[in-house]
Amino acid sequence: MKGMSSIVKKTTQLLSGMIFLYGIYIITHGHLTPGGGFAGGTIIAASLIILVLAFGSDELTMVKRKEGSSVTESLAILAFLLFASLALIIGTNIFFHNYLPEGIIGNLISAGVIPLYNILVGIEVAAALFTIILAFIIYKEEISK
Amino acid sequence: MEIILSIVLIFMIIGALFALHARDLLSALISCGIVGYGLVICFLLLKAPDLAIVQIVVETITLIIMIAVVLDSTRHELKKTAIERKWKSLINSKALVNVLITVIIGIVLLYSFRLAITHLNPFGEHTLRMSEAYLYGGADKTGSANLVTGILFDFRGYDTFGEATILFTAAIGVLTVLRIKGRK
Amino acid sequence: MTLFILCFVLFLVGLYGVLTRKNIIKIFIGLSFMEFSTFLFLVLIGYIEGGIAPIISKNITNPVYVDPLPQAMVLTAIVIALAANSMLLAIAIKIYKKYGTFDIRKISNLKG
Repeated sequence: MKGMSSIVKKTTQLLSGMIFLYGIYIITHGHLTPGGGFAGGTIIAASLIILVLAFGSDELTMVKRKEGSSVTESLAILAFLLFASLALIIGTNIFFHNYLPEGIIGNLISAGVIPLYNILVGIEVAAALFTIILAFIIYKEEISK
Repeated sequence: MEIILSIVLIFMIIGALFALHARDLLSALISCGIVGYGLVICFLLLKAPDLAIVQIVVETITLIIMIAVVLDSTRHELKKTAIERKWKSLINSKALVNVLITVIIGIVLLYSFRLAITHLNPFGEHTLRMSEAYLYGGADKTGSANLVTGILFDFRGYDTFGEATILFTAAIGVLTVLRIKGRK
Repeated sequence: MTLFILCFVLFLVGLYGVLTRKNIIKIFIGLSFMEFSTFLFLVLIGYIEGGIAPIISKNITNPVYVDPLPQAMVLTAIVIALAANSMLLAIAIKIYKKYGTFDIRKISNLKG
């Protein structure tokens, strides 16, 4: 797949980092403001997708990136499961128990394990969507050859 | 509130009907976008900002994938002769029977839906049953100011875990279906 | 009540598309309309007149919140719908590569 013109490339280069930061903000403030892991994960995936669409793709580098994002997704879902089952080991016999202290409602560091779950789900959703898009792009490359 | 929502919904229905009858697949996809972004406006009016943020990004990514699929293949609808066949079948006497059956089925489905929602509260007068515990005790129990996130990751944690598993399975499925070269 | 009926009409439009169109992409568009109408119906049930979004704030006295439970359920359903749709599109693009068309009348190798 060929890249686009140099104006699009430069604009994308400038904007993509800001969109990425906005996604991180949405994820980390998920327990205070609207948003959370699902919304922030999709925004981060979108910021990576516009880079791929603007700069074009070369098959060999794409395959490496696909493997990387697939491994990231698997690790994130494994960590989610480990955090949830850690509650079984520490004292209470409840899966998904909120075992960290709750803190004051409205502070950034509060709500126990919910921010950690938010971050892990955000990584998982972003990696899964990016993997799906990369699979489609690699398929198009191989078809056009 | 009800009038504005009705207007947006009627707009969405018109867009849906146009998307199903467009001659060009690309314009069909763009009218599919009308329905998706209209849904975002409905969510914002119904005081659900979390859903609006998710839906606007998901709709954009779905449109990107669909346009990538369509641009590779034929953009045009199936046959040029479809119009001729439509006129021929209008003259045919079977067409009347088909239209009649469609209208009857639509009326029956609408009537049964009307019967099904008679015990539902009218719009805007919802009574809280289970959610009362979530609303008034949820913030103290979970410590999360956003109640939707609190429900999603604490009270209904199994749901979220199953959802993450489904996303993982879908990514693996897409990788498997779209693979051409075998592994050596 | 009219809103619920209109929501069901959108569902019927999607059903009509699935049953009558011959193009795989059009069938897929009809399926996504049915998904949208289901999401909208669930959120419409939980709305309370004059309510505010379910985010706790100390400054508001005697707040009335809309029901947060349908919103949490629909939030997971939207992401699941995206995953299922991308799976469907992957199968559609494979079908196009094998048969050269999106027409479901031409795809006849599945007959036993």
